[in-house]
Amino acid sequence: MNVLVCIKRIPDIAGAVTLDGTGTGIDESGLGHAMSSHEECAVEIAIQTAAATGGTVTVLTVGPAEAVEQLRAAVAVGANDGILVEAAAPSVFGPEDIAQVIGDVVRDRAEAGQTFDLVLTGDDAADTGDFQVGIRLAYDLGYPVLTNIQTITVADGDNSSGTDPGGGERSSGSIEARGIGPDGTEIFALDLPAVIAVHEGGVDPRYPSITGRMKAKKAAIVEYDAPEPGTGNPRIRLELPEVKASSVTILGEGPEAAPALVDVLEEIGVIRP
Amino acid sequence: MASVPAQASVVVVGAGIVGNSLVHHLAELGWTDIVQVDKGPLPNPGGSTGHASNFIFPVDHSREIADLTLDSMRQYKELGVFTESGGFEVARTEERMEELRRRMASARAWGIESSLVSPAEVAEKVPFLDPEVIIGALWTPTVGVVDSVRAGTMMRESAEAKGALTVSPNTEVTGIDVDHGQVVRVHTTKGEIATNRILIACGVWSPRIAAMAGAAIPLTPAVHQMISVGPVPQLAARPGEISFPIVRDMDTFCYERQHGSDMEIGSYAHRPILHDPDEIPSIEAAKLSPTEMPFTDEDFDPQLEQAVELMPEVLSNPDVEIRYAINGLLSLTPDGPPILGESPQVAGLWSAAAVWVKEGPGVGRAVAEWMTNGLPEIDVQGADIARFHAHQRTRAHVRARTSEAFNKTYGIVHPSEQWSSDRDVRRSPMWQREAELGAVFFEAGGWERPQWYESNAGLVEEFGDAVMDRSAEWDSRWWSPIINAEHLALRQRAGLVDLSSFVIFDVFGPAALDAVQAIALAQMDVAIGRVVYTPILDERGGFRSDLTIMRLDHDRFRVVTGAAHGMVDVKWFADRLPDTGAQIADLTSSWTTIGLWGPRARDILGELTSADVSHEGFKFGTARTIEIGSLEVLASRISYVGDLGWELYVPMESGLRLWDVLFEAGQDHGLIPVGLGVYSTTGRIEKGYRAFGAELDSERTVVEVGMSRPKVKAQDFIGRAAHLRHREEEPKTVLCSLTVDDHTSASGERRYMLGGEPIVAASGEPLVDGHGRHAYVTSAGSAPSLGKHVLMAFLPPAEAVLGNRLQVVYMEEFFPVTVASIDSTPLFDPDNECIRRQP
Amino acid sequence: MTHVFVETDAAGKVTLTSAEAVTFARTHPNLLPDGGSATPRGVAEPPSGSTEGVVIGPLSDSAVAELGRLGVSVIHHLEHPDLEAYSAPAWAQAIVDITPESGMLLASGTPRGMELMAHAAVRAGARMAANVIACDEEGLLRQVHGGTAFERLRLDGDLHVLTIAGHACTPEETTPIDPEVYDYDLTVAEADLATRVQRTEVEAADDASGLTSARAVVGAGRGVGSENGFSEALDLVDHLGGALGVSRVVTGLGWRPHAEQVGQTGSRISPDVYIACGISGAIQHMAGIEGAKTLVAINTDEESTMVQRADYAIIGDLHEVVGAVNEEIVRRRG
Repeated sequence: MNVLVCIKRIPDIAGAVTLDGTGTGIDESGLGHAMSSHEECAVEIAIQTAAATGGTVTVLTVGPAEAVEQLRAAVAVGANDGILVEAAAPSVFGPEDIAQVIGDVVRDRAEAGQTFDLVLTGDDAADTGDFQVGIRLAYDLGYPVLTNIQTITVADGDNSSGTDPGGGERSSGSIEARGIGPDGTEIFALDLPAVIAVHEGGVDPRYPSITGRMKAKKAAIVEYDAPEPGTGNPRIRLELPEVKASSVTILGEGPEAAPALVDVLEEIGVIRP
Repeated sequence: MASVPAQASVVVVGAGIVGNSLVHHLAELGWTDIVQVDKGPLPNPGGSTGHASNFIFPVDHSREIADLTLDSMRQYKELGVFTESGGFEVARTEERMEELRRRMASARAWGIESSLVSPAEVAEKVPFLDPEVIIGALWTPTVGVVDSVRAGTMMRESAEAKGALTVSPNTEVTGIDVDHGQVVRVHTTKGEIATNRILIACGVWSPRIAAMAGAAIPLTPAVHQMISVGPVPQLAARPGEISFPIVRDMDTFCYERQHGSDMEIGSYAHRPILHDPDEIPSIEAAKLSPTEMPFTDEDFDPQLEQAVELMPEVLSNPDVEIRYAINGLLSLTPDGPPILGESPQVAGLWSAAAVWVKEGPGVGRAVAEWMTNGLPEIDVQGADIARFHAHQRTRAHVRARTSEAFNKTYGIVHPSEQWSSDRDVRRSPMWQREAELGAVFFEAGGWERPQWYESNAGLVEEFGDAVMDRSAEWDSRWWSPIINAEHLALRQRAGLVDLSSFVIFDVFGPAALDAVQAIALAQMDVAIGRVVYTPILDERGGFRSDLTIMRLDHDRFRVVTGAAHGMVDVKWFADRLPDTGAQIADLTSSWTTIGLWGPRARDILGELTSADVSHEGFKFGTARTIEIGSLEVLASRISYVGDLGWELYVPMESGLRLWDVLFEAGQDHGLIPVGLGVYSTTGRIEKGYRAFGAELDSERTVVEVGMSRPKVKAQDFIGRAAHLRHREEEPKTVLCSLTVDDHTSASGERRYMLGGEPIVAASGEPLVDGHGRHAYVTSAGSAPSLGKHVLMAFLPPAEAVLGNRLQVVYMEEFFPVTVASIDSTPLFDPDNECIRRQP
Repeated sequence: MTHVFVETDAAGKVTLTSAEAVTFARTHPNLLPDGGSATPRGVAEPPSGSTEGVVIGPLSDSAVAELGRLGVSVIHHLEHPDLEAYSAPAWAQAIVDITPESGMLLASGTPRGMELMAHAAVRAGARMAANVIACDEEGLLRQVHGGTAFERLRLDGDLHVLTIAGHACTPEETTPIDPEVYDYDLTVAEADLATRVQRTEVEAADDASGLTSARAVVGAGRGVGSENGFSEALDLVDHLGGALGVSRVVTGLGWRPHAEQVGQTGSRISPDVYIACGISGAIQHMAGIEGAKTLVAINTDEESTMVQRADYAIIGDLHEVVGAVNEEIVRRRG
């Protein structure tokens, strides 16, 4: 089963941020970059799924040239190759545009003979938090879509990579997906191809090995140029919340304060009867 | 929230290894009311100490750094936070093996136990290292790891336990008030502290704090990349934090250090990545700590492959994962050493910055001693904050030099290696002429100084074998036989030397005599026009400097000193002037100096002036103004090359004219331009002239360097009491000149020592003097007039015997040497007839 | 006008976050450029109220009353056998069908709310803004960068689809209205049922160490002193039925296994309470406990990061304090 994982290069913030000179973005100097944790889990799921079915994992990003670092980070943990859709200023794109760009690339790759049975995204990106790119992409591709998914199991009798590059009806097998619902874990069964948006927590993303990292350096990256955005980003500016001061309640000093803490623990309700 | 005390004897900024060590030692020395602040939390406030790899290799080519490191190791051991692991520095190339032999020489010179070992011996202790990749290693059994955060906590707590210290974490310095050039108050986020001393020990942030007072601490935060991989089964199999020796893979500029079941791999191989102190993220905005910047994978990728080559078994294991990777910040200075001492720009502003974990406690002790009585036991003059010339404090200079220096961290650096960045900052007025003569410029204090002139290449043939050419590449790197040819031509005819880089300052005013008298060892109450060469001592009788002072008038003295140490001299004098009646004016950029020396010097000068320049008419050790054409020239008859001649001083703008006039007049006398190669090495070494920083330092006495005079002046001066005592004692060491008897190495190639090499007994046993110092070469150079290669070294008094046969160790080979002088008697021209050159 | 998708729990009660979303809708003016039109897209009659609820599935009387107290004037009740099991496209289409072409459609920022609003936006040809916290003349304000910054934005189009960030406002009752309930005769497309929930499992599973699922985690750092210094902390873990979490130094020293490491390079946890014993609050460690709902610090240093960031703290030696806490728990058990 061939899996495409869509990831996004985001500033890796820890807490407090400051705004950049334009007021429309955060000051990224001194910040590292990463992919969102939902996407890290999506990559992990993709690697496990591909390994279980003898398939491949391709990672795709729409972003600046530097976003190749995130593609290589995914290759370092086990993805096979990458697609960089270069957009010098990704912030001018709205979620509709990103979905459109990815959809166009997926179709173009199909024409080039590279098809994907499963397209994974994160639920949302940790920076913009739009929660709609995966869904809009699915509509654009005409695929069913699930969100809030934490694990995927390939159903028995999977006909992996049974693809029809012509774009007609094709069955790439089916999967069972488990996700977060209001009453517990919801289980879905789905025929492929499909888009699935992943929520972190179901799998532990692996760290890269040294050999993985060495492989990543040499991985093939297909490059596209992103077209001008059609819809655009509705952002006017960014604002910062007011800083909260420490609100610690000192329960006391030394062992004498123990009862006060036990009161707190009782109130939270974590003491075993 | 608690506020800071309203007053302090000193405010220490920073609670890393340096700040913590400082408060401990200050308290030990009796300081009270110390306040220590750090903007971060305790025990790890987020500076470079917190992410340090915490290992210590004691061997360093710099004696000062080795001394600080050894003292630090002793302190870490006393605190119980030192774990000995042993360490290898491995070589993959023959060039690196040569460097390891030189490191072995430094180990012997500083008395550190080390040995050169085979790849198999490395693999025996580090079984997962592939011995096929390396050709040898330097093994230092005393290498170990420390817990620098724990050590700092214990030191801080010891000062608190004494009641000497108030610690205020999460407290940021927001301003420093300066009144009349003196620190008076420190503003923090938890209140103001009245104090007249602030001690800045906050690493990469130090420049930012100093700038609040208008002072510079010229360092830059720079990235050192480190990753931690694991779990490694081979490491997990043994208990504890470290049970395998640390490996420095010198050719790839990387290290591999066990940390429990993880392996830490650090690199100095990547491009220099510099930051500004103001750009370092706040604690709140930092993902890890402020000094653990985001890792940049692509910079580290090449090192990964090299690390896998060296330790394939553990590092290519797919289960060994990269779990932690940082661009860790550390501090780099434009010239390498730390930045210690009181700022020359603001009184009461002290720095202890750009210090590694391996030196931290030693620096803490040294600076605490320095603050207490001005006398650190370990000589740290090479790290004095006062050393910087103005341009060396600029951001552009700091960034240029640290960028260049970064990859030298594990690099092979020749002792004479020149900087390539930020050159041509200071040019003498004669620079154009010199360039036209093919000058090869070396730099000192920003000045471009001709080391030798390619225009003199023809002299090499003229003097033939006497130029003592060198065939070994290392020995002849940054060197030319032209230097020796220029030397011989000067001794036979005359040479013209550009000395514009002198630091020159006047001490003047009604109390000028009292001022210089109290600072200089030599008698300064001399006739107007006398030129006095004098040691400058500290209270312990050690050297702070050596320089010349001209008495120009009853109330004006002109001090002339070298470019390298001159700025420190300016501060030394300025700090010791009486409150009223004497002032200092730095005239370095007002005066240029041209040296004219050689047997024909008097003839040349005589043609150009109507002044009496005869031996009687212009005595040695005197200075006066003469006319040379339309120029008024201050002529001073002294010599650092040991020949007849003058230093000629004119205003900077007239330097070119003076050069041209002298050069033209000299043509008929065989005058040649002569570079600093002669002035600073060959000329002085065959005359036995000592150099500050090589032979002269705060550790050795005037007696030990053979410079005591028959009488000591009656007037008091700094160090007089100590000096008088030294004269009564048996010296613990004796500065000697030695000649190399046979240069032939095992390969048959003649080798020439460059300095720093150990001197050992004929038996090969080390020689240790009364200071506990092993004998090593303080200066080395050709003595072309003698046809000898001369070495200077301190020897135990029992070995300081003329004709004593010893050995010098160079590249791990032993060469025979003979003690040729045991005092300051020159090897060449012992009666100084050349200086007189009476017709 | 504003339509709010309302979630109800198993007991038929309006969820807290939906109550927040309704309150948000009622207390924020409709900021469409022309104030919004009343023309319905689907089958409903033009509603008259300004805040209207949309409920899919069973609608209890108590929910109707509760929505009335929250100021909802009309409840669009969508019930159909094909909507009994959740399928996002089918549910979203049902919502779109009764949503006017102009106005605001919103839901709370729950997994359901987010997913439905995204589907609805696509199907209605509208733009969507997630995690909105305010709405005024300048446009919308929403959380970005995980809540560390806010984005001011303006959506174009006649219909705006929003989700409201949790705790963006507090549910607020108003003069009770008796809401009109509209029922609809729905058709559900077969194609929209492909992603139907097959079954739901109520959480029972536990991770290996229990660390990431424990409601209470006791954290211990180097401050315990040695490999043998964990006994008080482990006793507390036992009393709480929780898990032990340790700092990187502790695993680095080999005192505890890596599986117990919390922080940047270990597990990230979100227990109801995290009790940090002798952990100063290295930033690496703090990154792993951001999700803790209540943070308790036991530390000798009042100025330490952990104490400053904590909700509750005891200043003192961890062995003494934790030991006393254990004794107190035992004592109260009797």
